[in-house]
Amino acid sequence: MTRPATEDELAEAIRGANGPLRVVGGGTRGMAPGGEPLETGALSGVTLHEPGALTLVAQAGTPLAVVNETLREAGQCLPFEPMDHRPLLGTAGEPTIGGVVGGGVSGPRRVRAGACRDALIGVRLVTGEGRAVKSGGRVMKNVTGYDLAKLACGARGTLGVLTEVAFKVLPLPADMRTLAREVRGAPEAAALMSRALASPYEVTGAAWDGARVLLRVEGLEGSVAYRAGKLGDLVEAEPLAEDPWAAVRDAKAVAGAGDLWRVHVRPSDAPAVLDRVPHERALLDWGGGLVWLRTAPGTDVRALMGVPGHATCLRGAAPPLHPPAAGIAALEEGLRRRFDPRGLFRGGPLRREGPGAARAMAAP
Amino acid sequence: MQMPAPDARIMERRAQVASRLRAVLSPGAVIDDPVATRAYECDALTAYKCPPLAVVLPSSTQEVAAALRVCHEEGVPVVPRGSGTSLAGGALPTADSVVLGVARLNRVLETSPEDRFIRVEAGRTNLSVTGAVEGLGFFYAPDPSSQLACAIAGNVAMNSGGAHCLKYGVTTNNLLGVTLVTMEGEVLEIGGAHMDPAGLDLLGAICGSEGQLGVVTEATLRILPKPEGAMPVLVGFDDPVTAGACVSGIIEAGVLPVAIEFMDRPCIRATEAFAGAGYPDCEALLIVEVEGSEGEIEEQLGAIEAVARRHDPVELRRAKTPEEAAAIWLGRKSAFGAMGQLGDYMCLDGTIPVSELPRVLGRIEALSREYGLEVANVFHAGDGNMHPLILFDANADGQLERCEALGAEILRLCVEVGGCLTGEHGVGVEKRDLMGVQFGEGDLEMQMRVKDVFDPGWLLNPAKVFPLGASEGRRA
Repeated sequence: MTRPATEDELAEAIRGANGPLRVVGGGTRGMAPGGEPLETGALSGVTLHEPGALTLVAQAGTPLAVVNETLREAGQCLPFEPMDHRPLLGTAGEPTIGGVVGGGVSGPRRVRAGACRDALIGVRLVTGEGRAVKSGGRVMKNVTGYDLAKLACGARGTLGVLTEVAFKVLPLPADMRTLAREVRGAPEAAALMSRALASPYEVTGAAWDGARVLLRVEGLEGSVAYRAGKLGDLVEAEPLAEDPWAAVRDAKAVAGAGDLWRVHVRPSDAPAVLDRVPHERALLDWGGGLVWLRTAPGTDVRALMGVPGHATCLRGAAPPLHPPAAGIAALEEGLRRRFDPRGLFRGGPLRREGPGAARAMAAP
Repeated sequence: MQMPAPDARIMERRAQVASRLRAVLSPGAVIDDPVATRAYECDALTAYKCPPLAVVLPSSTQEVAAALRVCHEEGVPVVPRGSGTSLAGGALPTADSVVLGVARLNRVLETSPEDRFIRVEAGRTNLSVTGAVEGLGFFYAPDPSSQLACAIAGNVAMNSGGAHCLKYGVTTNNLLGVTLVTMEGEVLEIGGAHMDPAGLDLLGAICGSEGQLGVVTEATLRILPKPEGAMPVLVGFDDPVTAGACVSGIIEAGVLPVAIEFMDRPCIRATEAFAGAGYPDCEALLIVEVEGSEGEIEEQLGAIEAVARRHDPVELRRAKTPEEAAAIWLGRKSAFGAMGQLGDYMCLDGTIPVSELPRVLGRIEALSREYGLEVANVFHAGDGNMHPLILFDANADGQLERCEALGAEILRLCVEVGGCLTGEHGVGVEKRDLMGVQFGEGDLEMQMRVKDVFDPGWLLNPAKVFPLGASEGRRA
């Protein structure tokens, strides 16, 4: 196992690699392919946090918990609320900030505040040729050169090994309220969430767990009280005392044995997906834009969904990523080859494209 | 500023290229008369001009694809153009290139309030996107100051920002999908009405690639519900350093205004003479705007004013009516026009970490004295995106060169303190030769490899973004 402590050591390890590398941060998200283990955990530490500039820079192996705690102490947070995959996938380990970026992991607040890629303002990474590359920086407005940070975000490590990531952060909401309304049918739930998200009350969470529509408002105290009141009147929802958002974020509603899917569609298409794809449990997040499904093993969600969008398989026999259209596939392949000509980050020869590892680590 | 020498073999084939383009486009869509092509010789960076070989104005994605196929077969470089409002020379042609203007592609294709997006053809102007959805209670957030004229195509190419991006982000944060035509004429759908890509985030690479990866003909844009109201407060200070500290203080207080704008004394004086907005005669002022209901505005402005008072403001003026709000914005919005009255000016666009504001303002002042050219500062302070305006006389011998040298010094300074060359205008030709200040050879090599994948022949806007020396081996 290789565990480089600096970017130079990492670059050297990559240049010296003879075959596929299994690059892991915390190893909790089931993304790492097969190969010689290469751990990023020693590349750790928050390198810069400037509360007055809403900026945080951290080495990629920094535990997510350390990033969250550093921000919390200054009354700030990562805007995109990354999920914890451990309960759902039954994985163990310490999630790293590099893994969050590599997986492009975003939670309920994504619907309002944007995704991980939107908060990511800069990266450093080492390519498959062992070349250290930077893109973006530490300022939130930057159009200098191509945005390689966006390409790296969600690339599941296939373009290079991240060594440093920089974010635009947000003030931690001073107050939060959840409204709930019992809704049994998906079409009614989707319509209700749409109405809430189209209101001026800045809804930062809109989910349906099969029984209740959950809506969240966050911000300054007086403002939250006002908006929660108005929103409650608009959609006839009642205040909820409990805080359900960690459970929504971590998709607790679909936990358990079976295949696991995330389906990205335009929100009003979510009911059609639920109608067409036989499933055991479902959860709608992002106002319906994200459909979590637990299905019987072998269910071909992609063939059944019947609406535009894509489906990611987190656990099951299907390839993890939705196969792209031919023209897009050619571009993706071209980019991967130019960042990783030797295919070091794409898994061993016996492995199909994608994380067989997710299956191996799945909950019993 | 150098541009590559035009390819004489292409110039000789002007008639043939134009006739092949005519054969695949609607009548009137090809301009090759040398008098008429002069209308396309530059964009808003008017210091550099060159009429193109020809101009094409396609009316559909299929026509764009057909025109690109012809140019690809003929080996002719193509310069995509939105409305031509680039301040960086992004749409500056070479004599051997075809300008592909998307202005005729301006229809709204789909509006979906329930899924909160609008799909438009990319030649549609920024402001008319909001115009198409405001009746439904929505708006399109990115608001570059050229929004009346600039096209979504150009916004996507340059990843344009605006005054309100502290809260709402820039173009890339509000773009869900595009139809992209490659140089070979292949039509690709990237992204769509759903959130987040299946594989690599190609959309993220395309946005801000300055028309070098493909021609965007349609865009799916996120629309947001209009806030109930908005109100600004004006805060004046007797030195710019304190104003800078106040910006950080506001952000640290946990309030996220939609905009924090900064103007220094030269800029305040010029706008007062021009627009008479009634600004205090002070060293620096901030305009801070918040949104929400009356009570929410009260809560936020209260917190902001509490921070401001700790910084000994010489003036603290909260707007109470829409008329007072308009008066506060009047000077800021006429700043560029006011500076134009004083003579020629060059507008820079570097971004710096907000904490470096005091130091950078001091250094700019010193540089301004050293070069003997006045610099006025007006910018988006919340996100550190500076717009130093260097005043000069284009007719005086050597002043343009001196102004450009001063501009380069200021941009080097922005990079030195941890910032970047351009926050929202783009690299174009203007900052092209400074890219080495911010990036190493390896950084630029990987960016150029992205272009290799999308445009292997380097025919799309080839002389932009990358220093000519760096891209020489790749350009045809």
